[in-house]
Amino acid sequence: MISLSHFSAAVVFALFASVVFGITQRNSAMEQVKYGLYCFAMFVGGVFVAGWVMALIRR
Amino acid sequence: MAKPTTDKAKNAAAASGPEYPLTRMAVVAPLVGWLIPGGGHILLKRYGRGILLLVSVVAMFLIGLGMQGRIYKPNGGDILEILGFVGDVGAGALYFLARIMDWGNAMAANASADYGKTFLIVAGLLNFIAAADAHHIALGKKP
Repeated sequence: MISLSHFSAAVVFALFASVVFGITQRNSAMEQVKYGLYCFAMFVGGVFVAGWVMALIRR
Repeated sequence: MAKPTTDKAKNAAAASGPEYPLTRMAVVAPLVGWLIPGGGHILLKRYGRGILLLVSVVAMFLIGLGMQGRIYKPNGGDILEILGFVGDVGAGALYFLARIMDWGNAMAANASADYGKTFLIVAGLLNFIAAADAHHIALGKKP
């Protein structure tokens, strides 16, 4: 059985989803790489933002 | 507001036919892409993209199974159960293989299994996007 923490699961999810988004949503190879990296940064950045929001709400 | 056009312009547009005519490959590529993730792109000679899509979707699906994610069966009950099935079946042959091998049947009630279920559904949904992309490439809408 694979046991991933919430964060590592989110990063793995972000990696594969970003690859597919990059390939399917842009035309040229360079645009695909840039968009894939942008999606990955947004996914992981969103995890940090949501984590801090939940931590602040909990206080 | 509709753009004013003359009868002559309308007739010319109708005579030239659709901008992207539906070809046999535009039907076959998304079907192959649905059954085998990335297969549509590989069929259209986009080998790099096809292999990356194959690795991404298959890895997500296998990680989902490894995390004891649940595979949805065809059902007509709760809307979330139906949508879960639609997401899962997007993985094509992987879904049917999992059903045949009776994988994804564990009723584990932990966070990891919940993430796994999400991984399985999203792998299928991403494969639907990849199949639609193969359709666009075959039509000539995308290089």
